[in-house]
Amino acid sequence: MIDYETLRTPCPCNTGRVVIEMRMVVLTKGVPDFREGKVSFDEDGHLERGKTPTVMNPNDKTALRAALQSKVKHGGTVSLMSMGPPGYAEILQEGMDDVYADDLYLLSDREMGAADTWATAMTVSTGLEHLDETPDLIFAGFKTADGETGHTGPQTKWCLDINDAMPDYPLITHVVALDVDEEAGTVRAKRLVEGDVSEIETIEADLPAFIVTDPEFEANYRRAEHRLRHKDFRDETQQRAAEFGEYLADDTDKEPTEYEDFHMWNHEVLNLDPDYIGLDGSPTIVAGVDPIPKAPSEREATMIQPDDDEGMEEVFEELNQYAVGD
Amino acid sequence: MTEHEHYEAVVVGAGPGGAAAAATLAQHGVETLVLERGADAGSKNVSGGLIYAEESAPYTIDQLFPGFREGAAERPVDEYYIHNIAGEKVETFDLHDIHHHDTEWCDAVLRRKMDSWLAERVHEMTRETGGGLLTGVRANGLLREGGKIVGVTFDELDPITADVIIAADGVNSELARDAGLMDWEEPEDWFQGVKAVVDMPPEAINERFDVADDEGVAHLFSGDLFEGVRGGGFLYTNEDSLSIGTVFHLDSLSVERAEPHELLDSLLTHPLLAQWFQGEYHEREYAAKLVPDSKKVAHPSPHRGRLLLVGDAAGQMQAQGPIIKGMNHAVTAGGLAAEAFAEAKSRGNEEAAGTLYQQKLESEGVMDQLRPTRYRATRFLSESDAVNSIGSSLLDSAVGTAGIKLFDGLLEKSFNSPFVLGMIPDTKLSYVTVPTRIAEVLGDPVYDENDVEPPALDDRIGDLTYDVDDPHIEVLDNSFEASGTAVTACPVSAKDFGGGCYREETVETNGHEEKKVSLDTQPCVECGTCAVVADTHWEHPSGGKGVEFKQG
Ligand SMILES: Cc1cc2nc3c(=O)[nH]c(=O)nc-3n(C[C@H](O)[C@H](O)[C@H](O)COP(=O)(O)OP(=O)(O)OC[C@H]3O[C@@H](n4cnc5c(N)ncnc54)[C@H](O)[C@@H]3O)c2cc1C
Ligand code: SF4
Repeated sequence: MIDYETLRTPCPCNTGRVVIEMRMVVLTKGVPDFREGKVSFDEDGHLERGKTPTVMNPNDKTALRAALQSKVKHGGTVSLMSMGPPGYAEILQEGMDDVYADDLYLLSDREMGAADTWATAMTVSTGLEHLDETPDLIFAGFKTADGETGHTGPQTKWCLDINDAMPDYPLITHVVALDVDEEAGTVRAKRLVEGDVSEIETIEADLPAFIVTDPEFEANYRRAEHRLRHKDFRDETQQRAAEFGEYLADDTDKEPTEYEDFHMWNHEVLNLDPDYIGLDGSPTIVAGVDPIPKAPSEREATMIQPDDDEGMEEVFEELNQYAVGD
Repeated sequence: MTEHEHYEAVVVGAGPGGAAAAATLAQHGVETLVLERGADAGSKNVSGGLIYAEESAPYTIDQLFPGFREGAAERPVDEYYIHNIAGEKVETFDLHDIHHHDTEWCDAVLRRKMDSWLAERVHEMTRETGGGLLTGVRANGLLREGGKIVGVTFDELDPITADVIIAADGVNSELARDAGLMDWEEPEDWFQGVKAVVDMPPEAINERFDVADDEGVAHLFSGDLFEGVRGGGFLYTNEDSLSIGTVFHLDSLSVERAEPHELLDSLLTHPLLAQWFQGEYHEREYAAKLVPDSKKVAHPSPHRGRLLLVGDAAGQMQAQGPIIKGMNHAVTAGGLAAEAFAEAKSRGNEEAAGTLYQQKLESEGVMDQLRPTRYRATRFLSESDAVNSIGSSLLDSAVGTAGIKLFDGLLEKSFNSPFVLGMIPDTKLSYVTVPTRIAEVLGDPVYDENDVEPPALDDRIGDLTYDVDDPHIEVLDNSFEASGTAVTACPVSAKDFGGGCYREETVETNGHEEKKVSLDTQPCVECGTCAVVADTHWEHPSGGKGVEFKQG
């Protein structure tokens, strides 16, 4: 177990209180940008990955926001970690720019490719163990926009449990609000329990903990000092993100393995057996992907321009049959 | 007692008044927090606007913010004309002397650009003191303990206490109202300003107004083009746009049941403006806001306990004749209020800040500019009906005409006299009749054809950006007698127009018809008019909500 007493440092808000200088890690993944105008499908309705830009999974941004909130209120650092091809450096850069991550970790090499959620969890948990400090809070977003399994977060936690060198992380999912009690070394979370009626459940757990945020998560800053610090972090990290962005744009051919706050680790660094990661380590077999056929349109539409008087006349006549009253 | 977040100074509002106060507080090392309701500073603000740096003023904006003129302003304005209009006849006076009287410099500004530029610097300066500037936060009242004002409450934040609270929250200040220092009752205490920002490439401006790249000009308009409503129009040159607008007495606008957007259109389509538009008209933004009339509402004692009012919040907006000076006075007042607190603090008596501030307003001559003794002395007589009707008939008579001809040069001179302007009464005689007679007798007709078509009201509304929230205005009495004036006076409503805020409706009750008023706040530009002319419960929308001006 971590000795929290030794980690106590003065709170940055200078109130004289003592808090834990928390180490937080947010797990993220790149997903196709499904927004209108960005995504492209072939004629069979299959996603064209090559033509669709990859972005940070939107739910993971929510997780980052939760981590940032804890950092703003209680101090600490937020690291962003992902597994994927070297191009994912750009996604991590986005996380730094958008949600102010302090430093970035990319677990990447060929052996890790084509992993299912299990193999991903194996790799990511090893990445977490490899950090120089044991994380106090680990965050994951709820489901990725492409795979939609929602497994990776919980499976990563199980992998950490297997490792005796790591503390046990209580898992709290569907978190919509979060508060750390620095005195008691606990975390209090509100979780959304969906059923016939959605309920909010409040849970308290000891740190360290593993948090899976709900898309409904809302950061909440009711103190001016928190908003000001949030602004400071934004100004500071966006500056660094812009520099890192320029570096990435400059060096398209070169694989960026190390850059100030960016670290890329391959399976050798992590001391991972290729048989247990990537495609070889994935028990899941995807038998096939069927596009969901578009429902045939039953309605017919006639286009009429507003300045087409005759056409508009017809529209009125057509509508007239449905008119009620006088 | 709950423990609140505390700052030495809290400034509400990041317009020129708030910016000046915050910068001065920061210079004195006071821990200062600034809160602004707009998503971005300036996104809620509208002015004409010419910002003056007066030679006699203890604080000017460029002194407090070096680089202001290059970074935040549009063109310097050196030339200043007023056009007296009667139909198509126009007599132009050069107001160079009054414009330059006590003026170190004068620049045209657009408020979004100006205020956000200021806010960046204010944040940097105040952050050093342990405070800073936050946008998207709306103050909704004062925090009191044992009946004393100790802080401010907000929609988005928990209450904050402070040793001094500077309310620089502009016209319709909710803090001034809460403190019982200002009310929003009398239409005659206010003007309504309406404005369009119109695209024009810099080269076109240079050529059509005969100015160089870094030169600008101001044109004012008065006479019979505004349906007898007391007030006037303005046109100022920006870098690549024009600011064109109107400022009317709200009581006159209400009584005449005039439509503000139509009055603006009367100006935009007057033949005199053809030489500048040359058939092209693209409106970037339509906006409106109330303007206090300092002669009537500048508070002689703008403080209560720890609360100090500056700028429009205290009614410190000087309109004397054609000259509109609000921003510069807000800057001065902000500086003086901050200085007063710093002094009081160094004497170990922070409570004295308000009284000191009041003394400074007086000793620096600000109060006399805002509420000239001359005006007060002559007001009773000149605004009485008898004087007015005698004046009008005199002007209409042969003697009057001869007089105008005879005194041609003298008239221009008297328009240029701060002394005479200080006495101008708020009557139709001075705003409408005199300029019209001047034009009739002395003016030359303008033959140009002005065929520009300003956008209709629904297009103007459609072009604005809104982040709509719950309604922030509630009509308390929806009878036409109590609130009907808003249907016409609201700058985004009009009689027989369904897409605006206020609508007139006929409701049948017990067999007889009654006229009622209904309100939809969606297209509201937060001008404040209906807070005064209708029976409402009026608040600003929450932080970042409501209309967002891009020009201002
Ligand atoms: C059409 C028109 C033309 C004008 N022409 C001129 C001119 O040519 N020259 C001139 O000097 N003056 C002119 N004025 C007047 C001038 O705009 C004002 O006098 C000046 O802006 C006052 O400055 P201020 O700092 O007191 O208030 P404002 O500039 O109004 O600033 C108040 C600030 O407080 C914020 N705020 C308000 N309520 C809250 C709240 N509850 N919580 C948090 N924030 C809040 C607002 O968003 C705003 O940013 C004109 C005004 C109009 C409408
Ligand atoms: S509803 Fe009231 S505040 Fe809003 S624009 Fe109309 S008059 Fe102004």
